[in-house]
Amino acid sequence: MNWISIGSISDIPRRGARCVATPEGKVAVFRTQDDQVYAIDDHCPHKGGPLSQGIVHGTAVTCPLHNWVISLETGKALGADEGAVRTIPVRIEGEQLFIALEALASRAA
Amino acid sequence: MSEKLVIIGNGMAPGRMLEHLFEQAPGRYQVTIFNAEPRVNYDRIMLSPVLSGEKAYEEIIIHGDGWYIANNITLYKGHKIVAIDRTAKTVTSDHGVIEPYDKLVIATGSVPFIIPVPGHDLPGVLTYRDLDDVQAMMLAAQSRAKAVVIGGGLLGLEAAAGLNAQGMDVTVLHVMPTLMERQLDPAAGYLLQRAVEQRGIKVITKANTKAITGNGKVGQVELADGTVIPATLVVMAVGIRPNSALAKEAGIAVNRGIVVDAGMRSNDPDIYALGECAEVNGQVYGLVAPLYEMARVAASQLAGNEAAAFVHMDTPTKLKVTGIDLFSLGDFAEGEDRQEIVLRDAAAGVYKRLVLKDDRIIGTVLYGETADGAWFNDLKKKQTDISEMRDTLIFGQSYQGGAPLDPMAAVAALPDDAEICGCNGVCKGKITGAITAKGLASLDDVRAHTKASASCGSCTGLVEKLMVLTIGDKYNPAAVQPMCGCTTLGHDEVRRLIIAKSLKTIPAVMQELEWTTSCGCAKCRPALNYYLVCDWPDDYADDYQSRFINERVHANIQKDGTYSVVPRMWGGVTNAAELRAIADVVDKFEVPMVKVTGGQRIDMLGIRKEDLPAVWADLGQAGFVSGHAYAKGLRTVKTCVGSDWCRFGTQDSTGLGIRIEKFMWGSWTPAKVKMAVSGCPRNCAEATCKDVGVICVDSGYEIHFAGAAGLDIKGTEVLGMVKTEDEALEHIVALTQMYREQGRYLERIYKWAKRIGIPEIKRQIMDDAEKRQAYYERFVFSQKFAQVDPWSERVSGKDKHEFRPMASVGFAQAAE
Repeated sequence: MNWISIGSISDIPRRGARCVATPEGKVAVFRTQDDQVYAIDDHCPHKGGPLSQGIVHGTAVTCPLHNWVISLETGKALGADEGAVRTIPVRIEGEQLFIALEALASRAA
Repeated sequence: MSEKLVIIGNGMAPGRMLEHLFEQAPGRYQVTIFNAEPRVNYDRIMLSPVLSGEKAYEEIIIHGDGWYIANNITLYKGHKIVAIDRTAKTVTSDHGVIEPYDKLVIATGSVPFIIPVPGHDLPGVLTYRDLDDVQAMMLAAQSRAKAVVIGGGLLGLEAAAGLNAQGMDVTVLHVMPTLMERQLDPAAGYLLQRAVEQRGIKVITKANTKAITGNGKVGQVELADGTVIPATLVVMAVGIRPNSALAKEAGIAVNRGIVVDAGMRSNDPDIYALGECAEVNGQVYGLVAPLYEMARVAASQLAGNEAAAFVHMDTPTKLKVTGIDLFSLGDFAEGEDRQEIVLRDAAAGVYKRLVLKDDRIIGTVLYGETADGAWFNDLKKKQTDISEMRDTLIFGQSYQGGAPLDPMAAVAALPDDAEICGCNGVCKGKITGAITAKGLASLDDVRAHTKASASCGSCTGLVEKLMVLTIGDKYNPAAVQPMCGCTTLGHDEVRRLIIAKSLKTIPAVMQELEWTTSCGCAKCRPALNYYLVCDWPDDYADDYQSRFINERVHANIQKDGTYSVVPRMWGGVTNAAELRAIADVVDKFEVPMVKVTGGQRIDMLGIRKEDLPAVWADLGQAGFVSGHAYAKGLRTVKTCVGSDWCRFGTQDSTGLGIRIEKFMWGSWTPAKVKMAVSGCPRNCAEATCKDVGVICVDSGYEIHFAGAAGLDIKGTEVLGMVKTEDEALEHIVALTQMYREQGRYLERIYKWAKRIGIPEIKRQIMDDAEKRQAYYERFVFSQKFAQVDPWSERVSGKDKHEFRPMASVGFAQAAE
């Protein structure tokens, strides 16, 4: 794994998200109420809505465009909807956050 | 190629016919409808509850616009057909549309009969047929003046009760000795008259109208015996006749109505007629059940089943006046070969009469207690020999076989083929079968699948009992819709508890009210955030993570993830400097689209999120603040140019609009609020379809509210009239605050008003000065915390993290 530093956990508001720009598009990095951090593609499987702009609740996010609910743990759509986004491994060391770039590279391939 | 089916008229009969037709022969016809009324198909039986204020127009729509679109129907609203060319096979509308047909269905309904007395054409004389009539009556009722209803039949009495409920002083004139003599015997007619009079409606029977007089409009009604009754509104409800003129001009056989065979076909084999305009076997019909039967037959014929035939049936009559129970069916004239059974209970106001011939029921009149109507109807229809139970027959079904049954058991005892819904001809077996087979659990579901209780609604109680019998506890009619999956509490309960328990944060609400999820969901969090902002303006710290993205970044997200930006233009007024600043922003940020909105603002679309703060900074330098075009809050106040410029303007509508907007901007509301101020009744600012609107007149300001022009379209209600700008502002602010405190999240003003009731809102805002003042002051207090321009806050650095990525990674690696 090629872990890339993306910043500090305090950069992301609780129940919120920030984006990381990558060559293949944005990755949305979420911080839950209880300080778990998840990263998924910032691209809803439904119509490509920016998931980083959604409301975060539990370990899920609701897409701002058409209210699909996406699990941050699995990347899968919850409820009756079907679809999934890529999840990206995240490591927390103290305050510092890292994401695994191989995932990005393999996605580009 | 599908055949072209053209329908003239868009009432309940052709609507039902199309439902059957699309089921039986989907795709066979391409359908075009011409409707002389400018609207979709609605339930005319329910006009009386609309008039009395118990229902709103949108509750009685049968087919919304979506239905026409989904079924690929071309609906010409407000087009009256003026000619049928049977040789060319075309119809022509008054707007000049010429439409060819393969099959034509005439469903022009009926026209009200107008007694040709002098003065029948004065302004103020109305009929009672469609929604326009009802709206005209409701408008007239606002004067609280005197009304005369001519006609003591079904329609006349419903009109009288409705106008009475609207606060008018009503007199009913009936030419016969007793009311509803066609459906009721004299004894029941007398009881009915007494009940009507107890509501404060005057009834004059044997009243022969001689003339309607007045100075340019209705002033009084004169009777043949010299009586003069003052009135500013006269409603003629003396009967209807089939509307067959168009068919007659086209050379189609017409007698009383358009003559059709049992298959609903006229003497032109490609032309059908159904509904109130049709005459079958010498009979014309006005009640919904036989009209729906015609619809069924016509649909089958059009689908190719030539065996379908209309058979005459007796239909029970029910009066739709809340609190008066009345049922009549069949033949109840006296005769040598007939016997009758009568039950009177004067104290309870109950009268029941059964007319028998050869031990079979041929007629029924029930007054005051009508629960057994369905059972008697069933006995009559099946021609059941009643000699065995003759002694107890009149007491009803519960008393047959010894001990009285409870009402539930009585419904359980009905045979499967007993008719439950008379309007739609739905029997018990069909309802219980659908409940079981389709797993239906709500009344709406049953209505959707079976049509039972979906027209006049008088059998709703029976249908609910059937639901309980079939699925037991799973049917809970009083169930409150929970806010979302995180709680069992409804919006109102949550709002009440927030105040009662002084809950001032979202976690406190979730903890105390036992939320089942750890931090809610995207439905309840924005709702709770709004309730707390509204209820504790000084204490509550707005939780931005519980706001929808638009309210978090103060712009509108678009489908591609970019944003649109709408600066505030007070009252829709702008100037060269503002326009120049907008033009500069458009150039500098290469804004791909600039558009003028419906709310008199300028929208810049396609702005990247990262650019938002810079865009706002430039706009802010020109004096712009956020237009809140994204907010569940005050959006826009549209204005016309008013007395400053317009030769018709009566007041400074522009100034008032700007004043309202400057006073109220920044306030959060349950759903968006759009307002308008028009300087005269020509209403160029379109104030009468807004959440709140003002129509200026010479003598002051007419305040309107609860309009809609979105998913639903609805004209406003009049809140009241005030004399000065100051009063107008105070009333509007108080109304908005009442809505802020009571509305459910995402519930627009018109839906809130429907739930609370227009009279209650008027009472609190117009009549109760103390309440109004208190609402006003609470709004003013909350504005102290709300009126901060969110754009300049963010230009100054607030929520910086929202507008830039936390990191850029992978670019170097990708280059390797």
